[in-house]
Amino acid sequence: MERIEAMKIITESLNDELLICNIGFPSRELYSVKDSNTHFYMLGSMGMASSIGLGLALSQNRRVVVFDGDGSILMNMGTLATIYNQNPENFILVVFDNECYGSTGSQCTYAKTVDLGKVAKAIGFEKTFCFRDTIEFEQILKLKGPVFVHVKVDPGNADVPIIDLSPEDIKNRFIHEINKNRSF
Amino acid sequence: MDSSEAVYNALKEAEIDFIVSLPCINLGKLLEMVECDPEIIHVPVTREEEGFGIAAGAYFGGKNTAILMQNSGLGNSVNVLASLYELYKIPILMIISHRGTQGEPIIAQIPMGKATPDILKVLKIPYFNPKTSEEAFKTIKKAWDMAKTNGSGVAILLEISYW
Repeated sequence: MERIEAMKIITESLNDELLICNIGFPSRELYSVKDSNTHFYMLGSMGMASSIGLGLALSQNRRVVVFDGDGSILMNMGTLATIYNQNPENFILVVFDNECYGSTGSQCTYAKTVDLGKVAKAIGFEKTFCFRDTIEFEQILKLKGPVFVHVKVDPGNADVPIIDLSPEDIKNRFIHEINKNRSF
Repeated sequence: MDSSEAVYNALKEAEIDFIVSLPCINLGKLLEMVECDPEIIHVPVTREEEGFGIAAGAYFGGKNTAILMQNSGLGNSVNVLASLYELYKIPILMIISHRGTQGEPIIAQIPMGKATPDILKVLKIPYFNPKTSEEAFKTIKKAWDMAKTNGSGVAILLEISYW
């Protein structure tokens, strides 16, 4: 399955969840699949998607979904231990694993030989899922987190344009969306 | 008000309610006070860079954020400070134990101790060096106000002699 297809399937099942999306082509693909005030597109700071999502989950009640990648998880693996220890119920970490650094020319990552789902289990995550040809995300949304969702996807990026929002616009509308919901 | 209490009281005064941390021997007492405070969410992290990421998410979620760290961790955090904090204009209060300063017993702390102010300068992160508890108490509250106004990190460098 292509990553953009996997993103399409998952975003169709989301309602008011807050979504943090990884740097590079993943953010561009998500933006072209669907744009929403509930989306935060990372434009830099590779590796930080899972950590940003954790901080957001710990600081408010709405459910947080993170779209991360294998290269980024490998770059910031320690945060999996932090997530497990903080144990946020409203947190779903989705890792699109194409076994390569897709935004820089598809160089191989160690995810080819290291099973990131097994890593999550070894750290202590009780709810881990692996999808390859189909994704059933509705069942994930019914669970108490933290949930680790490993999605094996094909290498390669979709032909999608860059995101024509400024960093501050991305941030401000995201914060506005979070605050809007907080009032009741 | 001792040196640790001054920092803690200033964090409370600034209404900081979300703190990420990595320890330093000089931050020991302060970390205990933060951990025991039910009004503060305290997240110990594995690496400073990760801490900045978590704090950014917490800021989006409405929290007033700070990081407690040793200056060695500034080197681990340069990219996140530039391509997340500067890019999106995100505030954070950085309480930094500045090792490698006057009185440092560990030789390995010296190079990073010397480089720390220059790294902050290059990143355009304002910083202050309070020398006494009274000065720290006043400066920290001001620094958080400045961080919010600028949408940037503001650092408090607490040298060995401060403690």
